[in-house]
Amino acid sequence: MPELAEAPQETRKQESGGGPRYIKRFTLGQRWLHAVLFTTFLGLAATGLPLRFSESIWARAMASFVGGFGAILFVHKFCAIVLTGAFLVHVKDIFTRALVHREKGVFWGNTSMVANWKDVKDLFAHLRYFVGLGPKPQFERYAYWEKFDYWAVFWGMLVIGFSGYAMWFAPFFAHFLPGWALNAVLVIHSEEGLLAILFIFSIHFVNTHLRPGSFPMDMVIFTGVEREDEFRHKRPMEFARVLRDGKLEARLGEKPQTWQLTFARVIGFTAIAIGLILLVLTLTAYFG
Amino acid sequence: MLRLLRRCDGVGLGWTLVLLGMAVVLACSPARGWGQSECLACHADQEMKDAAGHSLAVNGEKFGQSIHGSLSCSDCHADVKTYPHPEKVAKVQCVTCHASQESELKGSVHGDGQEHPCTSCHGDAHAIFTKSDRRSAVYPLNVPTTCGHCHGNNGMAQKHGLPSVYPNYTDSIHGTALNKEGLLVAANCQSCHGSHHILSRKDPQSPTFKANIPNTCGTCHAKINVEFTEGAHGHAIAAGKMKAPVCSDCHTAHAILQPTEAKFRMQSTPICGSCHKDKLSTYHDTFHSQLGLLGGYVETARCWDCHGAHDVLPARNANSPIAPANLVTTCGRCHAGANLKFVQYQPHANARDRKMNPALYYVRLFMNLLLAGVLTFFVIHTILWLFRARMEQVRSKAGDGGDHA
Repeated sequence: MPELAEAPQETRKQESGGGPRYIKRFTLGQRWLHAVLFTTFLGLAATGLPLRFSESIWARAMASFVGGFGAILFVHKFCAIVLTGAFLVHVKDIFTRALVHREKGVFWGNTSMVANWKDVKDLFAHLRYFVGLGPKPQFERYAYWEKFDYWAVFWGMLVIGFSGYAMWFAPFFAHFLPGWALNAVLVIHSEEGLLAILFIFSIHFVNTHLRPGSFPMDMVIFTGVEREDEFRHKRPMEFARVLRDGKLEARLGEKPQTWQLTFARVIGFTAIAIGLILLVLTLTAYFG
Repeated sequence: MLRLLRRCDGVGLGWTLVLLGMAVVLACSPARGWGQSECLACHADQEMKDAAGHSLAVNGEKFGQSIHGSLSCSDCHADVKTYPHPEKVAKVQCVTCHASQESELKGSVHGDGQEHPCTSCHGDAHAIFTKSDRRSAVYPLNVPTTCGHCHGNNGMAQKHGLPSVYPNYTDSIHGTALNKEGLLVAANCQSCHGSHHILSRKDPQSPTFKANIPNTCGTCHAKINVEFTEGAHGHAIAAGKMKAPVCSDCHTAHAILQPTEAKFRMQSTPICGSCHKDKLSTYHDTFHSQLGLLGGYVETARCWDCHGAHDVLPARNANSPIAPANLVTTCGRCHAGANLKFVQYQPHANARDRKMNPALYYVRLFMNLLLAGVLTFFVIHTILWLFRARMEQVRSKAGDGGDHA
């Protein structure tokens, strides 16, 4: 999966003759990764929550709806395997880009997911901006909360994945884990899973999709492109850098087709609706 | 005789002849008690009723086959010696012959003869068969229906505040064996409660008194009774600790299910938990319970899968399935490949108990702090952002804010 600036073959120039230009932000691979990630995540959440709150009424109703616990566990494990596959493909892709293709800026720099000093400054500047004590910080390709989202998911997949497989293959893992760890993996799995669910279905949904700047949904992860004015407004630093480097032409993409937008909306709103329902169920079970 | 003929005025010729014949018979053999045929001459009429409307009919053929078929009518109806019959005829006293049954019944819950005449269980007085006869109301396969007349829905028993147990029994494993398979050995009501001398379960003499239940069930389930007696619950009962469970506490009294049935596996853990509250609570924290509670997946470990069902023994007893030396075998029944380290898993670990499970306690503490910390920070962050973004949006577009603030 080549990165954006190195992917001119994937981008096409805006047809001449008016209309806003669209700038490519995500490759097809990245969009697929997000699609697989959120589909399996919804599946894992929908089948994991009835387990976590197995004593609540809706858990039993949900379980019987999909065919009892056997079916729930099957779906949970199936999604887990698909997600594990996607995770491994992603990790392999990163190392291929960085080590084989010698691509710059994977582990550090403006285009990297790795946090840097600017992110710390941006966080504090953003907080000051919230309360009216300073200007809005200028963001690069990935803002600090987006990096947090990424690493939260990354860490979450390692932790939840490892503890999940430890439960799935407990007798095997018992060969090299202490006895108490077999008890601990369930606590870790369920608490980290709960954190992921609460975080994604409340913080990520609002920050990325539901906040006034993007309401009701940021389509860029589905279409891969963002209108030039929006891109410029949301990521002024990246826009300036691309312009400075003379790469703007290479980053131009096609205006999304109507069917693409419709399709993305249907999928996206379904995902958000399922997520919000699960969030409400979680909160009622947690505080009920 | 003339008087008799006068009485027959207006009656058909047939009747006249029958009565005449009877009179002749009576006249010829004045010393003999009344036989069946004399009485049946009138009482065979299936329409025959007394002034109050009670049937006075007797099915002679059936009566002849019945256990009392060789008796004369007057053996029971001792005061009916003359014709016409006395104005008031005494009630038949079964006790005359069945003294021991009568005395047993007197001391039982059915001791009130008014409400519980012999016929309420044995059926039509002129059609009583031996209990090994299929036609008998107390033939093993007929007993539940007979008792169910009162102990079923809308039965007499409910008027006395007693539960309707008949439907429970019918659906139970015993009821199925009896009704569906026709097993004569299947427990029916009287197998546990007795027949004439039925006592309240509060009576220490009763076979259904708590302490006696293991032996009552043990009449058939002998091996299980031995196992139970040797287990912790059996010991407790023997020591007079009546809080300990007996058969019926887990299996119920009437609605007894096949223990491998999903419904039984689903309902029984809370029964153990009604006494072992702390164990139920820690069990609920585990995967075993989470899996089990959702239904449709009944294979996960329930209490007795690990602890044994009837011979529950503490872990310090070498024979206990949860004795350290037996754990690999016990866990291995479900978890293929269970090894010594695998069985260090604690099925009742308490992550809230720092002294008992320190490692687990701190893991949970860390996870909770992480969860609370991340969410608290980002909820504040998001709320502030929402307000600020909306403000900005309204200010810049002076309206609904447009697409992209």
